[in-house]
Amino acid sequence: MNPVLKLLLEGGSLNTAHMAQVLNLPESDVNREIDNLKQQRVLLGWRPVLNLSEDEGGVRAIIEVRITPERGGGFNRLAGRISRFDEVESCHLISGGYDLLVFVNGTSLQRVAAFVSEKLSTLEGVLSTATHFVLRSYKQSGILMEGRTEETGRLNVAP
Amino acid sequence: MDSSRFIARHVIDLPRSGIRDFFEIVSKMKDVISLGIGEPDFDTPWHIREAAIYALEKGKTHYTSNLGLIELRRAINRYVEKNFAVSYRPEDEIIVTVGVSEAIDIATRALINPGDKVMFHQPCYVSYHPSITLAHGQAIPVPTYAKDNFALTADALRAAWQPGAKLLMLNLPCNPTGGTCNRRQLEDIAKFAIEKDLLVLSDEIYSELTFEGQHVSIASLPGMQERTIFLHGFSKAFAMTGWRIGYACGPAPLVEAMMKVHQYSMMCASIISQEAAIEALVRGEEGMLKMREQYHRRRDFIVRRLNEIGLKCHLPRGSFYAFPDVSRTGLSEKEFAVSLLQTEKVAMVPGTAFGENGTGFCRACFATSYEQLVEAGNRIDRHVQFLAARK
Repeated sequence: MNPVLKLLLEGGSLNTAHMAQVLNLPESDVNREIDNLKQQRVLLGWRPVLNLSEDEGGVRAIIEVRITPERGGGFNRLAGRISRFDEVESCHLISGGYDLLVFVNGTSLQRVAAFVSEKLSTLEGVLSTATHFVLRSYKQSGILMEGRTEETGRLNVAP
Repeated sequence: MDSSRFIARHVIDLPRSGIRDFFEIVSKMKDVISLGIGEPDFDTPWHIREAAIYALEKGKTHYTSNLGLIELRRAINRYVEKNFAVSYRPEDEIIVTVGVSEAIDIATRALINPGDKVMFHQPCYVSYHPSITLAHGQAIPVPTYAKDNFALTADALRAAWQPGAKLLMLNLPCNPTGGTCNRRQLEDIAKFAIEKDLLVLSDEIYSELTFEGQHVSIASLPGMQERTIFLHGFSKAFAMTGWRIGYACGPAPLVEAMMKVHQYSMMCASIISQEAAIEALVRGEEGMLKMREQYHRRRDFIVRRLNEIGLKCHLPRGSFYAFPDVSRTGLSEKEFAVSLLQTEKVAMVPGTAFGENGTGFCRACFATSYEQLVEAGNRIDRHVQFLAARK
């Protein structure tokens, strides 16, 4: 794997100056490499992983969607169309009993319900939806929501 | 009443570990970036911890065989055969111990008669010399040098050898230097051991953390399995220091002798740790390789940074320690470590904690996060510049 990419994944909150030190590259090279990754559409953007309260975080739902594939394009056109809604956080084509797994965010239960009933399920080609509201998250993007709550008591000096 | 008069003479004479002295200073300070810890910064991979929880749920709370669970000994044999090219009978050539530390203790106690001479390379892990002394043996340190990347040479062994030498203790890759030996160097050492009829105690706890070339076990060389006790454990490669679990493999009569000491002192290693160890051996390789990859990159960074700063540092081929030469600062290793700690709050262990051949060096453990390593590098840089300006 590209070393800059690897460090982006492993390095926690290293900034580009620190990354340059670790990789023994000028900072300008690290920035250029990050630009390249963006241009190649490997690195698409940054999002913090948050553990928000219910008031701030709103409502999240996971929707199983069955759709009709189209000649020539399969599921792609409709999946792309669904993905463009602001409410849709992520959208994946899935094997098994349904076709798309759609993660949706909304400020309230009603808004999410309205999105599903008025926008999503009324699209031509959408056969059915099954909505599951998220009650609690335990892990997100590889990070435990509770994290390590207690110090492990690792000593400062050991043989 | 002076209760100290009850203490055995050979224990009174035992010096305190230099690490302990340093720990006392560090433990009173806050917000220290510590490069002084001899253990992985990773927690034990979850699947291993989960296996231990499952074992508890299943009621695995009893003694095991003195030698350890037979399933674990079988797994150890498969692992050692695959990675070290040497095979042991699980029934009588493998004993599970409470870390390699216990394996060293029971081996020295089982093998050393009072006055027997034991050779070991220095700088070395803090317990070697005391283990020999506690077994009433006579320690013969053999120096290793920065110019050889702290590899042990047969020439140094020959120069240090004395009549009556019986055991040779090896720790390759080595804590604190990161030095290790290539196949040719090991062959020379093996030849020397055979010539002088030495039994070799080979502590290979850092073998998985070999970054250049393939780790070679001296036990795998021709004629050596019969005169080697191979010691290994789970602490470093699988990030399991607190589980205290290791093992020794060797000729059946020697394992039997070690087992006698073990059964009357330790009885057996914790069954929970043994169950976790099975999981580590069977399914732990992928996680271990990921950790090694990270140590490798951190090593490259910290060694380069130390050299940039002007603290000459050889490339440690194994382990997670860098061992820079701090003598250029004009301070002794202890003065340097203490002043760095007090001025910049970075902890490194003075090299003399690992024997007098560590004079002029400090041990910097790079098993810590990139952020900490980068920041430690900057602080060490600042301190070295400050010392230079003061000269």
